Amino acid sequence: MQNVLPADFADLERFADWVLPTEAARYEKRIASTMEQLQEFYDAAFPRIDDAMAYLEKYELGEMPEDATRLLWLFCALAHASFPVEVWRQPRVPDSGAASLTPVVQPAI
Amino acid sequence: MPHFAKPREGSWTQHFGLDTAPSSYEDSISPEHYELERKAIFERTWLNVGRVEELPKVGSFFTREIETARASIVVVRAADGGLRAFHNICRHRGNKLVWTDDPREESRGTCRQFTCKYHGWRFGLDGELRFVQQEKEFFGLRKDDYSLISLQVDVWEGFIFVNLDRSNSTPLREYLGRIAKGLEGYPFHRMTEVYKYRAEIGSNWKLFIDAFTEFYHAPILHGRQAVPDESAKLSTFGYEALAYDIDGPHALVSSWGGMSPPKDLAMVKPIERKYRSGLFGPWDGPEIGPLPPGLNPSRHEKWGVDSYLFFPNFMLLIWKPNWFLTYHYWPTSYHTHVFEGACYFVPPKNAKERLAQELAVVSFKEYALQDANTLEATQTMLETRRVTTFPLCDQEILLRHLHATAAGYVHAYEDSRRAPARARAR
Repeated sequence: MQNVLPADFADLERFADWVLPTEAARYEKRIASTMEQLQEFYDAAFPRIDDAMAYLEKYELGEMPEDATRLLWLFCALAHASFPVEVWRQPRVPDSGAASLTPVVQPAI
Repeated sequence: MPHFAKPREGSWTQHFGLDTAPSSYEDSISPEHYELERKAIFERTWLNVGRVEELPKVGSFFTREIETARASIVVVRAADGGLRAFHNICRHRGNKLVWTDDPREESRGTCRQFTCKYHGWRFGLDGELRFVQQEKEFFGLRKDDYSLISLQVDVWEGFIFVNLDRSNSTPLREYLGRIAKGLEGYPFHRMTEVYKYRAEIGSNWKLFIDAFTEFYHAPILHGRQAVPDESAKLSTFGYEALAYDIDGPHALVSSWGGMSPPKDLAMVKPIERKYRSGLFGPWDGPEIGPLPPGLNPSRHEKWGVDSYLFFPNFMLLIWKPNWFLTYHYWPTSYHTHVFEGACYFVPPKNAKERLAQELAVVSFKEYALQDANTLEATQTMLETRRVTTFPLCDQEILLRHLHATAAGYVHAYEDSRRAPARARAR
């Protein structure tokens, strides 16, 4: 099977389902995940942040190869996973009940 | 012991001449009062409906459903490059003129003219009736008499406003006043990377503005969003604004913000240290040149954000790391409204800037979700009327001002309706 991410990040291939192109999709993925899944993703991806930033630094946004764009999306998703892991100890914002925010406009990348 | 200086009078509330007695929230739980607000406020004041970047070229248009004013409008860029706004109704038999697929949904796009889906009447971008299907079948119909019904539209710093009151004689800039004047020159037009959200909220529209014009709640409701030591410290300090300002119906609160970047990295969460971003925005914001004089009115070195309320329902938050947020509150009944929140950034140049923006947006959403749910809890309990007056502190001054302003518009409207009746009685 072909890799989704750049070869340097083969260790994160198992989190390819977190490679999602929009902020809305990443949020959906987060609240549909269990704490175990969120923790596992966070524990694996967090230590690779510096490497990912260094790797992506080579490119201008919008001129990235596809695998680099996917790496960027993965680390966008980490921003989402960080809240349950670092703060809430649950996937959703506590006391947010039925409240939801529906995305109307989102950037292309 | 205050951390930041207060006016000579000892409080902001007294400085701005507002009373200090407990407040009633009857204006937020009464269906009858809401009916008056609709007419007195939303059908009579300048309302922000979008930004000029949404209408980039001749023929670009969008529609807005302004339910509280029982209006659907279309805003378009005309051939001369200027903007026009019309009621979204065909002059033939009243069909909604511009819509896509679902007439209840807002739509946007580009066109040369507006064509009614019903009988094919066509209107130019200036609203003029250009084509009538089987024109000869009509009885002495003069096309000049059947232009679209226009409404007042104007632009301030790229923000498009309309006014549904055809007799309105206050120009937009005069209406927005001194506080808006102080912001002119801010490079809003460069901040075109937009994330926009919408939510249906189970509360009166004023309650959400209340939540966003006081930060007294922030160390408590949002306490857990900081690291534990910091959270404990924040709740001990509480919240004090750097400054408040009021000009007519409009107001601002200026706040400190030590988090972008923080003094000490231990104050923030691990992800914030790595992405160099958080609720206050990306720590390494873009260079945008000198700020307009209205920002950070107290010239405080710890300044972090200014929140503006342009009455009735448009809030603008300008953050020290050079990005801004907008909030709009569109009432749908006395105890429901649609909230729109949007984050605007200078487009990121690289992945690092992109990630910093993502974290800022995610943080904004976490806070907004906490706020939104609290509102419904407040609304339902206010409606029980088990308690009818509520003490407001000095850091809640803008709530007093908002409710007093809204009531002022309602009273003026009632007076204007009574006056002709009295005149007739004489």
